[in-house]
Amino acid sequence: MESPSIETLTARLSQLEQQNEALRQEVAALRLEQKTYSQHKVDSNANGLDHATLLSEAETPFEKVTKLTNPEIARYGRQLILPGFGIQGQLDLRNCSMLIVGAGGLGAPCALYLGAAGVGRLGIVDHDTVDISNLHRQVIHNEARQGMSKAESAALSVRLINPHCKVVAHDLVLDSSNAQPIINSYDIIIDATDNAATRYLLNDACILGGKPLVSGSALRFDGQLTIYNYRGGPCYRCLFPTPPPAETVTNCSDGGVMGVVPGVIGCLQALEAIKIAAKINESDVPTMTIFSANASTMFRTIKLRKRKPDCIMCGDAPTITKLIDYVRFCGASATDKTPDLFLIPMKERMTVEEYKHIKDENAPHLLLDVREKVQFDICSLPSSLNIPLKDLSKQIDQVKDQLRGQSQLPIYVVCRRGNDSQPAARLLQEQGVTTGEIRDIVGGLDRWADKIDPEFPKY
Amino acid sequence: MATLNINLQFSGGMELLFDNQKSINVQIPSTFSDKAVEKHATNMRDLIAWTAENLVQERPELFLGNDGSVRSGILVLVNDADWELEGELEYEVQDGDEIVFISTLHGG
Repeated sequence: MESPSIETLTARLSQLEQQNEALRQEVAALRLEQKTYSQHKVDSNANGLDHATLLSEAETPFEKVTKLTNPEIARYGRQLILPGFGIQGQLDLRNCSMLIVGAGGLGAPCALYLGAAGVGRLGIVDHDTVDISNLHRQVIHNEARQGMSKAESAALSVRLINPHCKVVAHDLVLDSSNAQPIINSYDIIIDATDNAATRYLLNDACILGGKPLVSGSALRFDGQLTIYNYRGGPCYRCLFPTPPPAETVTNCSDGGVMGVVPGVIGCLQALEAIKIAAKINESDVPTMTIFSANASTMFRTIKLRKRKPDCIMCGDAPTITKLIDYVRFCGASATDKTPDLFLIPMKERMTVEEYKHIKDENAPHLLLDVREKVQFDICSLPSSLNIPLKDLSKQIDQVKDQLRGQSQLPIYVVCRRGNDSQPAARLLQEQGVTTGEIRDIVGGLDRWADKIDPEFPKY
Repeated sequence: MATLNINLQFSGGMELLFDNQKSINVQIPSTFSDKAVEKHATNMRDLIAWTAENLVQERPELFLGNDGSVRSGILVLVNDADWELEGELEYEVQDGDEIVFISTLHGG
């Protein structure tokens, strides 16, 4: 056997040494994380704090200070020498408590910056757990924390950056039964949520509790930022008295979102919250900032109406005096998960197993994929025809072309989750494009990947 | 017939109803009349109806509300200000106005 040259050995050795060093660094980082996490657990347990008493921890008035310590002065030096902020601004921030609702794309940068900047107490609410598909935008979490509570993960990250910030993780779904006492125990509330129901809930709880609400939202390449219930400005209901029809609301998992976009808005929310706490730039003109990453003018700030005297929530004679059922009010759940649609009875649909059987038998059929092209380009089943649902009625002739000479060919309709495939199948039935059967595939390509082909990508 | 030159803009996903156009320059009549109201200067109510009829490419119910206004969840701006400050539906559209329709976002 030919022995390897000395150059090959040296190169391999140097490669292994580099890998070894990288692993050492990762071990050190994880050790620190583990220590910070378990230290906090010990503290919580020593104080008799368990999950149920977290609220009382948030409710205890936290100790305010009249001067900063030397380590704090060293840490915040660059802010302390800022004209218009200075030691008073930093003290105001230290003596302020803020609640971030949502540790997702908006909440991630917002929590990092607020914790780093020196907010005295920072509450973080989230009921969800860390998932790989979050990490392109929710940069406060990491690979190693998959499955961990997002509230805990975000709190841990903030503690690792700044131990002076007292972080409280609220690992729960905020609803009308628990929101008010939590809201009441903070000075400034940050809406970093992902659904309409929680946005109305936060608005109403902030009006009832007399708290300013720094609200942000993002989708695709667009973002919006507004402060509600602040200095005579409007509340969310002054602007949007009735909730949008549920079918007009698009979530990030269906509409997509460029990771940086909620990052930009989340940073702006942190900035606005700091400005409120430190009482700087107090304008009496309510505004909304609109961010369009794709437009030639990326930012535009528009003048908003003031508080509406006839608003049912914040007006002179409000008719809503306590929290209501927001899921019912909005006709949509308080999450950004896509609910399953049941338009067509199950027995008229097809399971992925049944479709697998048809493929295996080589039974002639047309497979129609009704996802948007941008999704079809990621992955698709072989020999499927792509016509997005919204174009289907216009392009029905394309389907008919495929059937030329085989008018009894069955058509199977597939989409990502088995929702859009149902109205599509209905449309084909109404148009009578085939005399054969028309069925859609329950659970769509997601379920195909889960049940039939683990190699098929999920996004 | 006299016309008004108006710049219409769409954001927050509104553009999807307008064939992905974020900005459209339009000429609309400077007066409207219908059965209920006699000939009058073009107002926002007229502009919204005109836009729905002439520009919306698909699913007009995602643009129109049931009272001649836009559906809830759409904020309208007249020259960079909330249209509520300008009189909402009764605002008389002026030549050169910039009207923006923004769909409120909920993602995060």
